[in-house]
Amino acid sequence: MSGVTRTPTHLTQGGTTDAGIGASTLRPDGTLKVTGEFAYSSDLWHEDMLWGFTLRSTVAHAEIVSIDTSEALAQSGVYAVLTYDDLPTEVKNYGLEIQDTPVLAHGKVRHHGEPVALVAADHPETARRAAAKIKVEYAELPVVTDEESATREGAPLVHENRTDDHAGHVPHPNIVHRQPIVRGDAEAAARRADVIVTGEYVFGMQDQAFLGPESGLAVPAEDGGVDLYVATQWLHSDLRQIAPVLGLPEDKVRMTLSGVGGAFGGREDLSMQIHGCLLALRTGKPVKIVYNRFESFFGHVHRHPARLWYEHGATKDGKLTHMKCRIVLDGGAYASASPAVVGNASSLSVGPYVVEDVDIEAIALYTNNPPCGAMRGFGAVQACFAYEAQMDKLAKKLGMDPVEFRQLNAMEQGTLLPTGQVVDSPAPVAELLRRVKAMPLPPENQWETTEGADVRALPGGLSNTTHGEDVVRGIGYAVGIKNVGFSEGFDDYSTARVRMEVVGGVPVATVHTAMAEVGQGGVTVHAQIARTELGVDQVTIHPADTRVGSAGSTSASRQTYVTGGAVKNACEHVREQVLELGRRKFGTYHPAWATAELLLEGGKVVTDGGEVLADVADVLEDEAIDLELEWRHRPTEPFDLRTGQGNGHVQYSFAAHRAVVEVDTALGLVKVVELACAQDVGKALNPLSVIGQIQGGTTQGLGVAVMEEIIVDPKTAKVRNPSFTDYLIPTILDTPTIPVDVLELADEHAPYGLRGIGEAPTLSSTPAVLAAIRNATGLELNRTPVRPEHLTGT
Amino acid sequence: MRVKFTVNGREQQADDVWEGESLLYVLRERMGLPGSKNACEQGECGSCTVRLDGVPVCSCLVAAGQAEGREIVTVEGLADYAEQRAQHGGCATGACGAGTSVDAAQRWQAKPAGADGQTGEQVKLSPIQRAFIDAGAVQCGFCTPGLLVAADELLERNAQPSDADIREALSGNLCRCTGYEKILDAVRLAAARGDAQTTGTGA
Ligand code: FES
Ligand code: FES
Repeated sequence: MSGVTRTPTHLTQGGTTDAGIGASTLRPDGTLKVTGEFAYSSDLWHEDMLWGFTLRSTVAHAEIVSIDTSEALAQSGVYAVLTYDDLPTEVKNYGLEIQDTPVLAHGKVRHHGEPVALVAADHPETARRAAAKIKVEYAELPVVTDEESATREGAPLVHENRTDDHAGHVPHPNIVHRQPIVRGDAEAAARRADVIVTGEYVFGMQDQAFLGPESGLAVPAEDGGVDLYVATQWLHSDLRQIAPVLGLPEDKVRMTLSGVGGAFGGREDLSMQIHGCLLALRTGKPVKIVYNRFESFFGHVHRHPARLWYEHGATKDGKLTHMKCRIVLDGGAYASASPAVVGNASSLSVGPYVVEDVDIEAIALYTNNPPCGAMRGFGAVQACFAYEAQMDKLAKKLGMDPVEFRQLNAMEQGTLLPTGQVVDSPAPVAELLRRVKAMPLPPENQWETTEGADVRALPGGLSNTTHGEDVVRGIGYAVGIKNVGFSEGFDDYSTARVRMEVVGGVPVATVHTAMAEVGQGGVTVHAQIARTELGVDQVTIHPADTRVGSAGSTSASRQTYVTGGAVKNACEHVREQVLELGRRKFGTYHPAWATAELLLEGGKVVTDGGEVLADVADVLEDEAIDLELEWRHRPTEPFDLRTGQGNGHVQYSFAAHRAVVEVDTALGLVKVVELACAQDVGKALNPLSVIGQIQGGTTQGLGVAVMEEIIVDPKTAKVRNPSFTDYLIPTILDTPTIPVDVLELADEHAPYGLRGIGEAPTLSSTPAVLAAIRNATGLELNRTPVRPEHLTGT
Repeated sequence: MRVKFTVNGREQQADDVWEGESLLYVLRERMGLPGSKNACEQGECGSCTVRLDGVPVCSCLVAAGQAEGREIVTVEGLADYAEQRAQHGGCATGACGAGTSVDAAQRWQAKPAGADGQTGEQVKLSPIQRAFIDAGAVQCGFCTPGLLVAADELLERNAQPSDADIREALSGNLCRCTGYEKILDAVRLAAARGDAQTTGTGA
């Protein structure tokens, strides 16, 4: 695109073919990233561009009586001010599963921070000041904020006239979706139990808090369309939601992925995409929007806060008899991914254990709280927090070791899930627990040095609050199960285009997909797959855009499986065509062309016996082989809406954690000393990246255990802490060393036997830390995050 | 207003700067140096860290006017800066000591301070950018520029940082992706390579 001075570029990496799969190949974008040259979405720049800004509602639930934009429009430097009335078509809402989210509020606002109006101006400060001059008159309405207020008689309806697919199945219009799972007879099984434990658990609202703010650049095109450069998790899903609102056919909205500064689910929903395009199309100028941190907390959905009621029983020899649970997820004002989160929370609510008799219900509410949707772990996280607490309670009541108790009940390959689905790949739950327990423990009193206490290693750190007095240590374990990929019958495919040609005498491959690289390392893995399959040294990764078919979302731990699978598939077809060409050209010279299994290695065609038949360069000459192919994993099916039965998931991923904490019991301060993890990854395509993902996921779980929570005022539904001053994420001082033990038990159904890895470590890390704090203090602790007052009883 | 300062060794001038525009904004939007990142613009995350007359600062908290006449080094200038420093004794490029592996660096231990008579002036050059790549310390990379500037400054001050020193020095830089372990590895690796260079005992 002419005029855009900073855009995503092709990433080319030389390397040798031993930098193929299984090697800790380095990132092809690493150099750009360490030199500051990598173009993130907030770095884009265009000559003559304007800055967009979003005016957001200051109240959670209100009728909009009037909006007066005249004063804002009169400011010098302001090019456009848009409200709901300026939307160009009849389509005014969007949404991932239910189109219930207004592009700009119309008639009503339903949560604090909802977009109300847009401004474009020549300087970001001009845009902000102009937005402050827009006069919006609100008539406030009562808010619903929890199950009690949302479903009592006469409760205000968050969405008055629902027509979505779920509306007919839910007991109240303020419930987005409900999924029961009934299997066996939990009541009868409960009578066999020697011990029964119950618990009520509360999981706070976590934020993805990716560092790169929501941002992008929309450039109007001469054909009346628009080119959008943006940070997202799924270009084609965005496109499907953007084009109808703009009144444009999809081919006139051309999207290119710009550099993404982390995502973790927070970029599955749209943020500035439509707003930027609307302003660009209205003003005829390129428009850049960059959220500041405050706005970012309103600009994306959060992790569903949850309340969970659990009952488990066990016989005195430690076998689980039954499980009953009820999970209430707060979805906030708009549906986002709530229905799928409900499906996950219910179907994974029993955890990685064998329990044949279950009675499960999960629901998500509509409330006037901030909208909640996807975040790493997606519904499985909240359940894991609760069922792992229950396992510890049961073990304690039975006088058993908590790890042995878990191992006794651990699922394995062949186990039937509560949904009736059979786990048909390795499920090494007991083994992961064994491994994590076998890791050496960090030394006792690790703060002690020859010169006294190193306060940096103590709870409270440099605040110098203790020198070790009142500090007690605790150890806790947890394990979890997460589904990989999109479930419940979703057509979860990906597309890859692979081109092979000779450049400068050597064969090179180009891989083009629409996969969003959000930091996870997909670009590295794609180059590795191409090297392995095509025997080339040099691979170029084309920027991700909508000129190639959909890659699906960079979420649900699915990208290496599905888009990696698509790249592998495309490479295999390209290889076949190269060999076919070779057979035509050289087949008469050597019988092996017709009889042997042929491979591409080191730029040559070789037999499986290692005999070289030809140079790929001679086979191809100036021909290029260029294929775009879709690839699908095994299909899944929806869960039955009454019984929850169905083969809903594709694959599972398992991780176990051991947490070691030290707690200052006088002040209620926690220091996590070590958080060890064992995870089965099926096959580590890139061990360095695998460990990086596990450590990152573990740290997010640590965050929610001890510090992270978006606090919403229960009376007004206003967000109280939308800043990094008040919403705390772990720093390097809060994060302990994270030793990782990687197990590789291949899943025969997956490409290379791999298993999605990104989310599983986020599940068990939180309950492991909580278990360790309980072990240190003897307290019950049924909510996240744990705060000092919970530990000191103040 | 007009602001003049030196950025990465070059004299620069910005016109029509608003009062209240941050140094970060001027670098990114007026100088065309978007390497310093805008993750919070509140001084909380460290993504915007630059050296201001040698001192690491959050450039989002510095008013552009405060930079008048001063020297700024951003991530874009880090390699040059390190090279300059190397000419005063040390290693000029990432090539030195590159034989040290991440595994060896993980086992590397800081020597007790002053054990070999080193002083703060005799800093070793740290091939910190190379080390971040080699150790896998870059995921999304949004935190990376700020961390590099901060880590480079740490190693300039303290060529043999202990893990606790590294944690303390980088505690103002948030990273949401990595869990920090590989960032620790990167700093250890850079330190170990610097160490290998001076002592000739590379792993
Ligand atoms: S952007 Fe300056 S500290 Fe976060
Ligand atoms: S924030 Fe993404 S790599 Fe640090």
